[in-house]
Amino acid sequence: MSPPVLIRTVALTKRYPGVTALDRVDFDLRSGEVHVLFGENGAGKSTLISLLAGVSTPSEGEILVRGHHVRFTGVADARAAGISAVFQEFSLVPTLTVAENLFLGDEPLSGPFLDRRAMRRKAAALFADLDFAIDPKRLVATLSRAEQQMVEIAKALHGEVGILILDEPTASLTDREVDHLFAVIARMKARGVGIIYISHRMQEFARIADRVTVLRDGRRIGTVAMAETSEAALIEMMAGRAIAEIYPSIARSPGPVLLRTEGLRAWGVHCVDLEVRAGEVLGVAGLVGSGKSRSFRALMGLLPIQAGRVTVQGRDLTGATTREVMRAGLCYVPPDRKTEGLQLAFSTRDNLAQGELAGTPSRFGLLPWRRIRKRCEATAERVELPPAYRGRAVGKLSGGNQQKALFGRALGRDYDLYIFDEPTVGVDMGARAAIYRLIRELAEAGKAVVVISSDLPEAMNLAHRLLVFAHGRIAAELEGDAISEAAILSHFFDPIPSAAIPSVPTIDQEARLPA
Amino acid sequence: MSATSSAASPSSGAVPASTSVRLRAAGRALFIHLGVLPFFLAAALIVFTLVSDRFLTADNLVNVMRQSVYLVLVSLGQMTVLITGGFDLAVGATVALTSVVSALVMAALGPMFPDAPALVIALGALAGFAVAALVGLANGAGVALFGVSPFIMTLGVSSVAAGGSLFLTGGVPVSGLPTEFADLFGFGRWLGIPVPVLVAAVAISIAWVVMTRTRTGAHLYAVGGNIKAAKLSAIHTGRTLIVAYILCALIAALTGLLLTARVESGEANLGGTLALESIAACVIAGVSLRGGIGRVENVVLGALFIVLVQNGMNLAQIGSYLQMVLLGGLLILAVIFDQIRYRMMMGV
Repeated sequence: MSPPVLIRTVALTKRYPGVTALDRVDFDLRSGEVHVLFGENGAGKSTLISLLAGVSTPSEGEILVRGHHVRFTGVADARAAGISAVFQEFSLVPTLTVAENLFLGDEPLSGPFLDRRAMRRKAAALFADLDFAIDPKRLVATLSRAEQQMVEIAKALHGEVGILILDEPTASLTDREVDHLFAVIARMKARGVGIIYISHRMQEFARIADRVTVLRDGRRIGTVAMAETSEAALIEMMAGRAIAEIYPSIARSPGPVLLRTEGLRAWGVHCVDLEVRAGEVLGVAGLVGSGKSRSFRALMGLLPIQAGRVTVQGRDLTGATTREVMRAGLCYVPPDRKTEGLQLAFSTRDNLAQGELAGTPSRFGLLPWRRIRKRCEATAERVELPPAYRGRAVGKLSGGNQQKALFGRALGRDYDLYIFDEPTVGVDMGARAAIYRLIRELAEAGKAVVVISSDLPEAMNLAHRLLVFAHGRIAAELEGDAISEAAILSHFFDPIPSAAIPSVPTIDQEARLPA
Repeated sequence: MSATSSAASPSSGAVPASTSVRLRAAGRALFIHLGVLPFFLAAALIVFTLVSDRFLTADNLVNVMRQSVYLVLVSLGQMTVLITGGFDLAVGATVALTSVVSALVMAALGPMFPDAPALVIALGALAGFAVAALVGLANGAGVALFGVSPFIMTLGVSSVAAGGSLFLTGGVPVSGLPTEFADLFGFGRWLGIPVPVLVAAVAISIAWVVMTRTRTGAHLYAVGGNIKAAKLSAIHTGRTLIVAYILCALIAALTGLLLTARVESGEANLGGTLALESIAACVIAGVSLRGGIGRVENVVLGALFIVLVQNGMNLAQIGSYLQMVLLGGLLILAVIFDQIRYRMMMGV
């Protein structure tokens, strides 16, 4: 007798303009199981859970909850059906207290009034049940990321929950906190709750997963019982045949040091010394909040530098403005193309033209538009943007093409050093390959390239040299054959050095960007 | 730990501190919790007490209380909208429209029911509230359903409402209101307390209960604190925004009625400076322009402060033109401090 099926999807499809994020996916979740969704960024995991949690509605296909057809028009519908989700992007209001956040949208009332006493009592009971030690009266803005994660989980668990969705819940937790979370998950399982679990950390699967469904490019590749599979088999399913071809081999010809930081300190960055050389790809790996992105944002003038020195080709550029750093030949391509990268309402061409403007001198104060247009077309060719898309608003393109446009803009001027922060988040396979080809082209042309990535295979396969960040420091520098998954992962959780740091920042800029 | 808590909690700052350091830490904590208001209030009291010996007298302070009723009310409405992360530039025009519409209705009904002034007043007030609710609905629908920025939406609606009230009256004050209306709501006293002050007291209590003790209030804060999180928490964000603008307009309507009673006629030029003054009062009182933060009791103090400053400037014989200059400067200063405070709070 197999346990009852809680959720079943039939040929579930979600199309966005220009991209099919989810393509006829059949999926089911049984009572009392942990069902892992596994796949690369952009494989459709987040789309699937957003449909199941009522955040968006399917283009086609059906969702059945306990055998009944459902059509969610909002999160409230899904919650009423007993489905509760913890998203990567926190659904907490920083200006409210923990207790207020827990009951947001479902506040206990006595008559017409909020029952604050019941709120505090229930919050305390919930935390006691989960064994979380957080004061319900604290403001969410003052919690650490791990504490926020716990509040988020507690929030999802209050009320009648039959189905729990967890999207990368361990991304910002320490080992101890992960153990704790897994104990909570085990207790939920015993109560018959079905859990959909998304994670990139394969070592977690063996500990908690019952079944694993692998997605790739919006399609379901297969569903396997965890007991009957191996990590290697899962990776093969995830990457498919493309893995061998997708990462190019990049010739390495290290030149002079272009960028050097000494004792760099910024918010969440504690003493970072690094060197970037021309003609090689420097990979940067680490967990969210490890300071990997913030170190580079600081030296680009996007975060205040507290101490240390930044030199570019021998010139001291500590605390220089972003404009000055870019003039010195550095280009930073941000991880979040929607909020930091592109002018979403502009056409793709006009976005590319923005990059050209930085490199084109004006004549008599007038912009040479004809020449700019011509160069934009050339750049569009270079980044393999199909001509049909060049006149369309960039916001309407798929993630892959948006990313190509973002890269194209960075190519508008001839920079010496490119810093790509999460270059392939939410990008399909084809665009990924194009972006990697571009990175190779740049590195082999003698540019220095930095690839900051949470995608471990990406960082490993592209890098000649790899920096592993942990707790705002460089935990390890690996080179050539020494770059291996095991080596990198072992440094992710390096204990905080005893030379105690002032304490980890609570609200970090990086945490607000997609991992 | 963020800068906030390290400054506020004695445990993390366990270093033995000298008095001046401790004083600075206390000032910082006060600033983060309440904003600039305590500092501004202290400065105003000191300056005006020095400038005029009539300033710090019981008579004058009671006078300030009475004068501040209207701004306190409008500021409460403004606060509900500011907390959702928007603002309402139409409050002044709503006051004028309410005044004109209720006065027209009362003037028309007065001769028909000469023996029932209470009925006439009630119907006039009802008409005023109804038209204000429409204004609020328009603002809220534009912002929540069509995604128009609050700035342009309320600015446009403000023009519509102001133009409408001028059109209805031709710019001429509407007279012929029941004398009972002005006698009671303009100049009446109950147990020696002016009726407008009583009305304000009731409105403040209701606003406090709504903001702190009801689901509606909790949702207003949540929508302003993080609208996406609110949506993911199954809060009807669109409806919450519309409610905020309607509440704001209704409170403006109440103000309009009280002012109409005070001037004994319906006037299309009432409330001209209220939008700016109410935003200034809120910001000075620590309501964040980014939404999610703000308290009723502080806003009441903020509005009192503005009226206090105006009163002080009058006593110091500063002309009204120069007063406008100073008030604008004060607002800008408050907004700059709000920005600094936000950075300190978020530890950026």
